[in-house]
Amino acid sequence: MQKAARKPMTLRAFINHDNTVGYLFALPFLIGFLWLTIYPMGLSLYYSFCNYKIASTPEWIGLNNYITLFQDEKFGRSLLVTIQYVAIGVPLKLIFALLVAMLLTRPTRLQGFYRAIYYIPSLIGGSVAVALVWKQLFGSRGPIVTLIKGMGATGFNFFGNSTWAFLPLVLCNAWQFGSSMLIFASGLKQIPKDYYEASEIDGAGAVKRFFSITLPCLSPIILFNLIMQLISGFMTFTQAQIITQGGPNYATNYIALNIFTEGFAYSHMGYACAQSWVMLLIMAAITGIIFKTSSSWTFYEN
Amino acid sequence: MRRRRITMTVLYHLFVVAFGLLMIYPVLWMIMSSFKMKSEILGNNVPFFPTTWVFENYPNGWKGAGVYTFATYFKNSFIVAGLGTLGTVISSAMVSYALARVPFRGRKFWFTCMIMTMLLPGQVLMIPQYIIWNRMGLVSTFIPPILPKFLGWPFFIYMMMQFIRGLPKELDEAAMIDGCSKYSIFSRIVLPLLGPSIITTIVISFYWIWDDYMGPLLYLNKPELYTVSLGIKNFADVQGTNFGPMFAMSTLSLIPVFLLFLFFNRYLMEGVTAGSVKG
Repeated sequence: MQKAARKPMTLRAFINHDNTVGYLFALPFLIGFLWLTIYPMGLSLYYSFCNYKIASTPEWIGLNNYITLFQDEKFGRSLLVTIQYVAIGVPLKLIFALLVAMLLTRPTRLQGFYRAIYYIPSLIGGSVAVALVWKQLFGSRGPIVTLIKGMGATGFNFFGNSTWAFLPLVLCNAWQFGSSMLIFASGLKQIPKDYYEASEIDGAGAVKRFFSITLPCLSPIILFNLIMQLISGFMTFTQAQIITQGGPNYATNYIALNIFTEGFAYSHMGYACAQSWVMLLIMAAITGIIFKTSSSWTFYEN
Repeated sequence: MRRRRITMTVLYHLFVVAFGLLMIYPVLWMIMSSFKMKSEILGNNVPFFPTTWVFENYPNGWKGAGVYTFATYFKNSFIVAGLGTLGTVISSAMVSYALARVPFRGRKFWFTCMIMTMLLPGQVLMIPQYIIWNRMGLVSTFIPPILPKFLGWPFFIYMMMQFIRGLPKELDEAAMIDGCSKYSIFSRIVLPLLGPSIITTIVISFYWIWDDYMGPLLYLNKPELYTVSLGIKNFADVQGTNFGPMFAMSTLSLIPVFLLFLFFNRYLMEGVTAGSVKG
């Protein structure tokens, strides 16, 4: 009798076993991870050692792509302007997000409405529509340049000027501060009120309170926002491709755009893969350093 | 003292509103430009509001710059963003349940893989992924931009996991005692409670896919497959200085995203923050 009952039992037990359930539910990710992340990474690594055009046979050339890379001025400049963009743009965005989040902590009935308004740029900022608007808004006959010219700088022009062309792009990125702002706002809400009260009794001013209470309490959230924004900043593409096409004189030829052009316009796929890998290693190093040093500047309550 | 407080309140609101207007100035400028004649959009001394409202920019823009009208582009965008969002919600909910609640072998390992994927910028993979789709003969079809969304999107998996971890474990245990399997715990308990997180996922993934430019640029490279993003870009390239109609179509392209935001704004504000802060 026991034997008869066992067979249906084992099937049910198998179906309901944690391993079966877990792998069944995680299956979409496993397929996606292996097929569209790991396999492409392997391919990319292999092609980075090859001379490869789409629909041709890859030809193994060893380290040649990487050697060319270090002599390629266009790639070097691309790296440099990308780092400039990130180094200026990301802190600007985070500071802005934090200031607005603090501005909107005041409890009023309109708080939700205000947050929604300030979130709008994030909602649409990545679109082609906004990129086209930006191109004209900061263009040589747009309202912002007209305003600057009105103040006396006749002949000023953002996109014809390799020193200033990056600024509209940085502003477009910083303008999309909405999700960082929301994350900061909920972090601010979690700081215990008595910290502030205690320091007020001790006679600390608003500035001191900000640096000795607000910033340390927010540090884990700052870390999270910093990492997320760094990654997206390093890979900025749409705005550079539409607003400036990487110009003038490669001043905004950010790395994602450079890889795109190298791979799809010049069909140097192997070389573009090598660039992707160098970029990935640099980003991994920067993220790694931030994580490693973060224990000295982040503060966890528990 | 009381008067001073009222003055402060008024000043606060004035400042927040003025600054808010500055923040959405680019959007307002675009909308105004979409109703202007060309001579009033750029240059010196142009008015902020149109002196005469030119509504023809909309039908003129709608015709597009080639054989296809914006009707085609909007249809394509709705297909890609609609199916993509559906896929994201289903697959991410499933995966997040497994990683958050089912103690299967290798869970920690796959969780690490998921986090690594989340931190990996997609642009690094653009070339090899293109090569893969190209070998399968699927470039110039809707499959490359849609199918991967059915395979889980780490950002949303992580967000939903944080949400599921916040649900009391006692619910699962009570259901187990009542004889529920892990499958019915998912469908009867976790999924219904996941509501707010699902709404956040719908809104964010929809507008990310809707606004996406690089994916369609690589894979939807025939005019009949263009999404709205590519349609506007193409319009700008072909009719470079025809700004009125261009801004009219830009304005239209943002409306679906705005409507979705308007309906679900409340959940979005909570959902965005839930994922990161509890972790």
